[in-house]
Amino acid sequence: MSARKTDPGKTVIIGGGHNGLVAASYLARAGHHVTLLEAAGQLGGAAVTGEIAPGFKAPTVAHILHLLSPTVARDLQLESHGLSLSAKRLDTVNLDEAGGHVSLRDGQVLRASRSPISDDDKANLAKLHRRLVRFAGALRHYLERQAPRLGTRNTDDLVTLGKLGLSLRLLGKQDMREFLRIAGINVYDVLEDELANPLIKGAYGLDAVLGTHLGPRSPGSLITLLYRMAGRVDGAAGALALPRGGMGAVTQALAKAAQAAGAELRCDSPVARILVDGDRAVGVELDDGTTVPADRVVSNADPKRTFLELLGPGELDTGFLRRIKHLRMRGTAAKLNLALDGLPGFRGLSPEDLMGRILVAPSADYVERAFNHVKYGELSDKPALEITLPTLQDASLAPGGKHVCSVVVHYAPYDLKGGWDQAREAFADKLIAQLAHYAPDLPDKLVARQLITPLDLERDFRMTGGQWHHGELALDQFYMLRPVPGAGQYATPLPGLYLCGAGCHPGGGVMGAAGLNAAKRVLADQEAGT
Amino acid sequence: MTKLHFRTARLETPFHPRTSAACETNEWVNWAGYTTVNVYSQVEKEYFAVRNGTTLFDLSPMIKYRVRGAGATAFFNRLVTRDVTKLKPGRVAYVVWCDDAGHVLDDGTLFCFAQDDYRLCCQERQLDWLLDSAIGFEVSIEEESEEIAALAVQGPTSFSVLTAAGFTGLDSLRPFGIAESEGITVSRTGFTGDLGYELWMAPDQAVEVWDRIMAQRGNYDIQPIGSAALDLVRIEAGFIATNLDFVSAEQALRHTRGRSPFELGLGRLVDFEKGHFNGRRALLAERQAGAKYLLVGLDIEGNKPADGSLVYLRQRKEVGHITSAMWSPTCKRNLALAMLRRPYGDSITKDLWTEIYVLKELKYDRQMARCHVVERPFFNPPRRTATPPLPY
Amino acid sequence: MKLYDAIVLGAGHNGLTTACYLARAGLSVLVLERNPHIGGAAVSRELYPGWTYSNCSYVCSLLRPEITRDLELPRFGLQVVPYDGSCVFTQDGDYLASYNDHEVHRREIARHSKRDDEAYDRYALAVMRQCRFIKPLLMRMPPDPTSLKPRDLGELLYLLRRFNDLGEMEMYDTIRFWTMSIAEYLDEFFESDVVKAQLAGSGIIGTALGVCSPGSAYVLLHHYMGEVDGTIGAWGFARGGMGAITQAMAASLKASGGEILADAEVAQVTVEGGVAKGVVLANGDEYKARTVISNMDVKRTFLNTVEARELPGDFLEQVRRFKIRGSSGKLNIALDGLPSFPALPDDSPARRGDMHFTDSIERLERAYDDWKAGTWSADPYLDTLIPTQTDPTMAPPGKHMMTVFVQYAPPKLATGPWTDADRTAFGETVINQIADYSPDFKDLILHAEVRTPQDLENEVGLTEGNIFQGELTFDQLLFNRPVPGYAQYRSPITGLYLCGSSAHPGGGVMAAPGANAAREVLRDLRAKQTVRGS
Repeated sequence: MSARKTDPGKTVIIGGGHNGLVAASYLARAGHHVTLLEAAGQLGGAAVTGEIAPGFKAPTVAHILHLLSPTVARDLQLESHGLSLSAKRLDTVNLDEAGGHVSLRDGQVLRASRSPISDDDKANLAKLHRRLVRFAGALRHYLERQAPRLGTRNTDDLVTLGKLGLSLRLLGKQDMREFLRIAGINVYDVLEDELANPLIKGAYGLDAVLGTHLGPRSPGSLITLLYRMAGRVDGAAGALALPRGGMGAVTQALAKAAQAAGAELRCDSPVARILVDGDRAVGVELDDGTTVPADRVVSNADPKRTFLELLGPGELDTGFLRRIKHLRMRGTAAKLNLALDGLPGFRGLSPEDLMGRILVAPSADYVERAFNHVKYGELSDKPALEITLPTLQDASLAPGGKHVCSVVVHYAPYDLKGGWDQAREAFADKLIAQLAHYAPDLPDKLVARQLITPLDLERDFRMTGGQWHHGELALDQFYMLRPVPGAGQYATPLPGLYLCGAGCHPGGGVMGAAGLNAAKRVLADQEAGT
Repeated sequence: MTKLHFRTARLETPFHPRTSAACETNEWVNWAGYTTVNVYSQVEKEYFAVRNGTTLFDLSPMIKYRVRGAGATAFFNRLVTRDVTKLKPGRVAYVVWCDDAGHVLDDGTLFCFAQDDYRLCCQERQLDWLLDSAIGFEVSIEEESEEIAALAVQGPTSFSVLTAAGFTGLDSLRPFGIAESEGITVSRTGFTGDLGYELWMAPDQAVEVWDRIMAQRGNYDIQPIGSAALDLVRIEAGFIATNLDFVSAEQALRHTRGRSPFELGLGRLVDFEKGHFNGRRALLAERQAGAKYLLVGLDIEGNKPADGSLVYLRQRKEVGHITSAMWSPTCKRNLALAMLRRPYGDSITKDLWTEIYVLKELKYDRQMARCHVVERPFFNPPRRTATPPLPY
Repeated sequence: MKLYDAIVLGAGHNGLTTACYLARAGLSVLVLERNPHIGGAAVSRELYPGWTYSNCSYVCSLLRPEITRDLELPRFGLQVVPYDGSCVFTQDGDYLASYNDHEVHRREIARHSKRDDEAYDRYALAVMRQCRFIKPLLMRMPPDPTSLKPRDLGELLYLLRRFNDLGEMEMYDTIRFWTMSIAEYLDEFFESDVVKAQLAGSGIIGTALGVCSPGSAYVLLHHYMGEVDGTIGAWGFARGGMGAITQAMAASLKASGGEILADAEVAQVTVEGGVAKGVVLANGDEYKARTVISNMDVKRTFLNTVEARELPGDFLEQVRRFKIRGSSGKLNIALDGLPSFPALPDDSPARRGDMHFTDSIERLERAYDDWKAGTWSADPYLDTLIPTQTDPTMAPPGKHMMTVFVQYAPPKLATGPWTDADRTAFGETVINQIADYSPDFKDLILHAEVRTPQDLENEVGLTEGNIFQGELTFDQLLFNRPVPGYAQYRSPITGLYLCGSSAHPGGGVMAAPGANAAREVLRDLRAKQTVRGS
């Protein structure tokens, strides 16, 4: 306990995304003198609300809250810092190209038009969903724990590995077998095995691959679905929520919590490099040349940016750098934000349906075909879309009677053949035309549009490759392999330098668990006196 | 390179017209894809020529990388364990470089021509490692093995021979120095542990240089030597060879086979004070925990070379193995390099034995020979470093 | 009626291997084969007068050397001759060859990329480490991780211990290797597209994966972990075609007293009270046995030859969802002479090995996209060999036989089952690709046998024409193969076993499943153990 009484000293956090803010709060609460440095003019990283036209506010990048760690929300008292949800259990409405749709929530079919869903499918979907929730629940526990190292004699590592084995066994013989079978399988085959309706399969198929460089037929896409379902909103697994005031409200609450805990949060403070002395991170230097000395540096920047640009390879070993170089960070999604001077009408959908999350993923094959293109640096011919109309839940986001529409577009490659400059406007036009197929009056209501390509994500949000998750979610980049062996436990090869972003376990989504785990690691090291 | 290279599985070095003419035995070995002489006439004769006269050894197949750019010094300082900032233009350093685990990838000689111009000369190909090590450094790396022919001129009379052949400026050339003479780069380096030089030139100069040196044969004994003789003298000199005495860490199938500079007895080359270098953190940890192995020099009783033998404590407990061995005609000792599991060879050096199989009329005899851990190099004559070199 | 100790259904290489080990333990063994010839997918057939085709599998490397020795296959006529070289033709008229000589091979890679040349050894070593890890697992029974039986725990411990012995970084690398796509894996070593394309082919042969599909790096092992005379990764020709392997096995079996009956199609396994009692043939003949061991794939065995009521519902469900999509076709071509490949020098050893015509990762992956869409690849990946340059027994002097393995072809087309017109068009696609690189090739063709996955199913009996008797993805490997809970060669029916490639360790002419199955049968019968390992 004596270690706690000593002054833990100064901690600099690079980047004010949600994970940086979470780490700032926890460390400040533990007595650290925290200075958080954000390059942009506002905090929030990719969880921000931006004005796309006068009076129209849209979730610039991330638009749905589904993974926010309940531990973080509770520990940091986010509600008392102003976080409230305008919607807690969004329905998912999936559209097909012929004007039909199905509406889903928690594995239940709410409504279906045109092609009725068979009772078999309903029962099988409920069963499959329950099973997936069960498996996701078994994983959930590990999201908020540091991943173990392999082959060490460290007690914590061995305990974590032992518990992992135990929780597999506790699933029971049948579930354990099934889990071991599907742990590396693709979502497509599971959906084909269990279900017949293409719209249902399309919806689950798209959910499995959102933000990844996978198609539904890529092995490993079932675990990414489980990962997504590991979130809990209001006690419901895999539920989707919208924060009041847009995604920026989440990070604003996190910022208030951090400030309340005593952290100093500075915007417009881009870090140029991490300072090293005597094989230890001792602070940072800003773009303007000022230095901020510290006893340790915690980076919310992505791993490539942290190691290759901010730290520089000279302080690292070649083998480690080789791994960083090969960390796959290919962004695959674009974001289209629209300002509309009225509510668009979607074919076959009631106004109630529009309150939910609308997908264009008519079948798992459709999503897979959309994926085909991204492998070759091409734009999807017919992209899969995830659409929300946040103004329906929160009228404050647009002038009276007007609306914003937020669309995640899958797939759009970072390394587009021919370059983005040539393709940008044509692609936006094409997306509008595609939306018009489902909402014929949408083009007439269009006031302004904002297309954010993976390249924009890299430039404006400092995410290498425009990769949402700061590192692709894939089996070989999960858990103790995330971001790379040698930095899989938040500590890096350089003493005093830590990672706390989504590039670490457990990865992206507005979750905050990486920030939480990183803070715990910093505190553990501090107790151990290293 | 043409598509027809498959017809010539072994390349010829630029000296081939001369080496092939001089090779009486027709004993050749594959060295890095080149056909090179193993023995010209007799191993013993060639061996004694190194220690008594002047010898020529064709080392063109050595792998050479040219590294240029403003970041070259910083690049090498991060790559190798020594402090390269202390290496002045015109000087050469013997260096080793390690992977992240602190295990040696290779050793070699680093030539500093200018602060932004170096040549790394080594045994194993590793462009891939060098390029990945260059991420973030302002350097260009070029593999130039085929563009540079190299000839080692070694032996007590080598200074006199080269001077007589018209090479100038050698009298003031200290060990590990570089001189330019007659359009040829001469470095006072070598793998023999004796007085000697290495000459680096364009391939089209090779034959002419060979002839110029050989023209001094009237006044001096000059012999070409093959790999077999060189391997003997390098053991006497205490030099280790990659993939003979240790496995390059990137070529070890089993992760336990990697060896650190400390384990290879090269701790003097590790500079922890110079800032970060590859493997530094692992080597620091190793220094704290203690190395697992130690490469030692052994003097073995009897006169039977102990190649490939196991080393035992009290004739029973296996504690290591011999990596290189020879009967040294100069030292009159039965010498070997051995990789022992610490603390054997370190704090426990008594009662070590090696098991030697001796072929006697087609039958192997197993003999246990006592061995003593001794200092390296086994042979280190003053003439090796005297500047100016003693004329003969 | 004679009561056999064991009846083996199917005379493929695994069925024969099981039969041999059982016969060597002194058991009475009968092998029943549906076709008039034995061999399954390891056959040599004269389908054009004077020419012998290895018309299914065509090269040899994976056959476990310990099995070759145990069954004394060389004594019974098997000779495996290694071959040198391989090449990929590039669209610009050049090629990338590979040669057995390390230095020559190195210089060839350097023609395309100096960096890749110097990275190649690192790559070869990394793959070798994976081979080293997996090889001892091939001849062992996979443990049931949910079981607490001493043998399962022991095997699980063995697996964990071997894994732990790898050391920390190699453990991570092993997990990554098992979960990455071959394209991503190669990206970590190489920069040149043609170098990657040459190596990536081994990650997709026979699979329903693309080079960009996670898991395809592991498939590479199924083409690398073999050996010829101790040279890991080497490939050779069985002299006389792949049928020479099964012929030698059959001879070995007969020498140990086993029987083989051809033209004997099994209609049903007789089950009484949950115990297998024998089989009934399609012609009504009955045979009785203490054990029945099926070399057929898991679907054919349990969905076609066992009555559903004899099997638990969840087991049947698992068998039904077993993935066994065929993805490969085959052309066997009789040639009037040796075709020329102008890009290659006449004396190049590369033409004696496997030749390929796909020079980029993108082309490989696009070939897979076609398969997903239910058509054969418009620009397929071909593994082409002319074994008659090495093996003088397969064609008249001066004449040649070409074997062309085609990736991808779906088991069923999007338009429906394969028609004769489809087959012809498919064959033309393949022939045209080769002809692009060999101007005289078409003129030399005397006869071509075009085989679709559907043909493979009809003739050899492999469901959906999958050459591995089930896809090699994580969900169907080790203790998941063929289905969780039944990975130890046994089935819900006492006395009914699986010995084919549907079982661990899977496909390729390896014979390991056959040997492993024999070990379990012998244990259950408490007979003399003739199979080594555990």
